[in-house]
Amino acid sequence: MATEEKKKDQTERWTAGVTPYAEMGYWDADYEPKDTDVLCAFRITPQEGVDAIEAAAAVAGESSTATWTVVWTDRLTPYEHYRAKAYKVDEVPGIPGQYLALIAYDIDLFEEGSIANLTSSIIGNVFGFKALKALRLEDMRIPTAYVKTFPGPPHGIVMEREYLDKFGRPLVGATTKPKLGLSAKNYGRVVYEALRGGLDFTKDDENINSQPFMRWRDRFLHSMEAVQRASAMTGEVKGHYMNVTGATMEDMYERAEFAKEIGSIIIMMDLTVGYTAMSSMSKWCRANGMILHLHRAGHGTYTRQKNHGVSFRVIAKWCRLLGVDHIHAGTVVGKLEGDPDMIRGYYDVCRQRYNVANPQTGLYFDQDWASLPGVMPVASGGIHAGQMHQLLHYLGEDSILQFGGGTIGHPMGVAAGATANRTAVEAIIQARNEGQDYYSEGPDILQKAAKGCPELDAALEVWKDITFEYTSTDTPDVVETPTTS
Amino acid sequence: MRITQGTFSYLPDLTDEQIEAQIKYALGNGWSIMVEHTDDPHPRNFLWEMWNQPLFDLSEDEVDVAMREVRGAREACPNEYVKVVCYDRQLGRQTTALSFIVGRPPVEPGFRVERQEKADRQILYTMHSYATEQPHGHRYGADGLSSNGGRAAGDSESAE
Repeated sequence: MATEEKKKDQTERWTAGVTPYAEMGYWDADYEPKDTDVLCAFRITPQEGVDAIEAAAAVAGESSTATWTVVWTDRLTPYEHYRAKAYKVDEVPGIPGQYLALIAYDIDLFEEGSIANLTSSIIGNVFGFKALKALRLEDMRIPTAYVKTFPGPPHGIVMEREYLDKFGRPLVGATTKPKLGLSAKNYGRVVYEALRGGLDFTKDDENINSQPFMRWRDRFLHSMEAVQRASAMTGEVKGHYMNVTGATMEDMYERAEFAKEIGSIIIMMDLTVGYTAMSSMSKWCRANGMILHLHRAGHGTYTRQKNHGVSFRVIAKWCRLLGVDHIHAGTVVGKLEGDPDMIRGYYDVCRQRYNVANPQTGLYFDQDWASLPGVMPVASGGIHAGQMHQLLHYLGEDSILQFGGGTIGHPMGVAAGATANRTAVEAIIQARNEGQDYYSEGPDILQKAAKGCPELDAALEVWKDITFEYTSTDTPDVVETPTTS
Repeated sequence: MRITQGTFSYLPDLTDEQIEAQIKYALGNGWSIMVEHTDDPHPRNFLWEMWNQPLFDLSEDEVDVAMREVRGAREACPNEYVKVVCYDRQLGRQTTALSFIVGRPPVEPGFRVERQEKADRQILYTMHSYATEQPHGHRYGADGLSSNGGRAAGDSESAE
């Protein structure tokens, strides 16, 4: 009897035509994920009348083996193995119509060491699926077996600090402003002043590549003179992130090779170049001893909205795997989107050896990084010296704080702006180490340091009332937290 | 010029009390303490001379043991840079956690940039330390005595 029923089920399963995904096997409430599975948490908003479980099964199906109709050629494969399994669907608390679905993918679905392949599967087709109003990839658990196929950062936090000989404090930097229009000589001036004044790094902006007003080669040459001069003025290792983003891989390699030839210790690229190009640059940097900075240009188009896209925590995971040394990950207090808890989650993804699942910070899974070195998170956009205690509190010591306007807009000049930032960070670290409650006493600590540092005094005065207080778009579901500063 | 290596070089020179507070913080974190010194402070010189062995296993109330080493190094090497290095052996760190200068020579002549002009407007840069024009032991106005306080051990630059 049982055999007959099974046979009947099998016959129905393989009848030509359209069968619900859940019935095709893409939903399996009893499935126990294996240690080697890639696990995904999707936020699903089904169309009216579409059952949540069927929607989850559809996502599992369309992101693995399924198509819209039954195909007999599935039977030429061990399809149970290759199909993804949605195994849990829960309503999102407080948001009617949204569900959180967990889906497991066998590791055999993915090419070793290829973020391009991983993403083509998991976010390839399914985000345009008609049966869903919206879909968001909230988190991904990458199994150790798969982590070990990726190179990770060319240097990582520890090696970078040893290379720079800078320990025990956030690094400080600035993006050259204005973003566009400076000639090479003027550009080199800004780099020089900022570095000699006390910053560790300066940076090309994401959209400064090789335009008519300043070609890349001229920018690199003038920036290098600035770096070397500032290094000699201070006795410190310093760097300027030379943006090698270009139209083709050949252009990027040419620019990177030139940066190396003239002695730069660091280059940068933009997220817009894509996962394969980023992986190639990572490989090149590892082979050439070059620190690699990543600007997350364009990410806001798909990371910001809570109901659709890919969370930045997933992008950060992919970038740690493919291997960058720095990644922009939010400021909390600056001008760009960022709920404090969400940003803590991103920073944990970049830096920790092991992430413990935490709904408060948006981490849905435990993630073992299997000794893959950490990535230095970069805070950039609308921050200034007067926020130093908040920046340390929210972002921690292993971070890079980039004050573009907050250096170059200083009333006493660029070098003075740099000195203000460096003095502020050292004063706050000193106070923290001495056991002071640096977060609540931050303004006093900075004022006290400013007594011996007119540059810091002027910075505190000019930016004293500048805050960016808006409610964040992307917040944890467990609590509503406005962005505070 | 003032060399601004280390965590606190943009602040006024730390007092002994402030140095003690930092060492106490380090010991509280379970870090070990090393004192290092050099008269070749090129930014890429990561091999400063060790002043005695690293201090492992000190408890928070043994700050004075570390301070004895700090004072010893400063007294023996008045014409050198002296720094405190706090080391974190924790898995995944295994590196310096904090390092700050606690002694400087009275005069810091600094560096000059030397340029070698190449084709295509390229320049090869070298950083030249004025102090290293003199042999080890005679830099920063030293009188020629070994800057290791007369100890032969660890004087790895004596062949210069």
